[in-house]
Amino acid sequence: MTDKHDLTPLWEVFIRPRNGLHHRHVGSLHAADSALALQAARDVYTRRGEGNSIWVVRSSDIAASDPSFAEPNFEPADDKIYRHPTFYDIPDEVGHM
Amino acid sequence: MAAPETCVPAILEIADDCLILGHRLSEWCGHAPILEEELALANMGLDLLGQASALYAHAGKLEGKGRSEDDFAFLRREREYRNCLLVERRNGDFAHTMLRQLYFAAFMQPFWRTVAATSSDETLRGIAAKAEKEMAYHLRHSGEWVIRMGDGSDESAARMADAVIELHRYTGELFMASPARAAAIADGLLPDPDTLRAEWDETVATVFNAAKLELPEIRVMQKGGRDGNHGEDMGHLLAELQFMQRAYPGHTW
Repeated sequence: MTDKHDLTPLWEVFIRPRNGLHHRHVGSLHAADSALALQAARDVYTRRGEGNSIWVVRSSDIAASDPSFAEPNFEPADDKIYRHPTFYDIPDEVGHM
Repeated sequence: MAAPETCVPAILEIADDCLILGHRLSEWCGHAPILEEELALANMGLDLLGQASALYAHAGKLEGKGRSEDDFAFLRREREYRNCLLVERRNGDFAHTMLRQLYFAAFMQPFWRTVAATSSDETLRGIAAKAEKEMAYHLRHSGEWVIRMGDGSDESAARMADAVIELHRYTGELFMASPARAAAIADGLLPDPDTLRAEWDETVATVFNAAKLELPEIRVMQKGGRDGNHGEDMGHLLAELQFMQRAYPGHTW
């Protein structure tokens, strides 16, 4: 018998909570195709009014960074504190940036 | 304008359809093929339960005898339930459940849309506006599954074909107006179900076409639910549905 998960591959689900915000990853689910994945996402992840737009993408279509290469990838940024805009005095008139 | 008391039995017919099908869907809890579908079935069941609850409350108010939604849902005898036979049919396999949902939703979505637009009763128009969106989703969800199973593997196609043979004969009752319904139609409360047939035919034909399913020719449609004549499964369903209120009368959560 075919493994159920061959027929219903994994999908990653992204929900936009409100207009103007961006879609956020909320979890994953199994579904046979994109139409059913969108319906399952609606049923699993928007039961409490969490959003007004859904994206789904096949998990296998996501290219991910290599966890074993995390140090070369991310540590070089650690000591470059001058990239954080915390050295500027912002005039009060500017308000929130 | 509020509906006259004579319309109560017609409202109860629809409320019973929603309650009984909602209960059938709740029987899938813990048994669905995948977690995603477990939630989808429960969601649809809860939509229907909510519709039933609103309709029972409205019927109780119009009747004016102090009956609550719980009295209608839990404390009537089998013959007093006036749901159509389709909704009480046992769940069977997933194909049966999805086809039953398609048949019902393909009728109820245009039904509620028409009620929302034309009913003489303001409360019903409100219930209908919400219910129409819910049924639109049920229609889409069940339709997608019927297409995938009908046009799926040999096994799923055979199961869908079996479900069609078993269930199609119960669809005729959706379009029959009982004497109770005729009164509500005359009062402008509810649409004549027969006027919704063309849209139902088209919806089902579109899904069947995509699903590569044959529409069966049914000579005699089954009926009886609107007269309180139910199939043998109905007693078992009610035994489970009513158990708590019968064992512990007046019990609340």
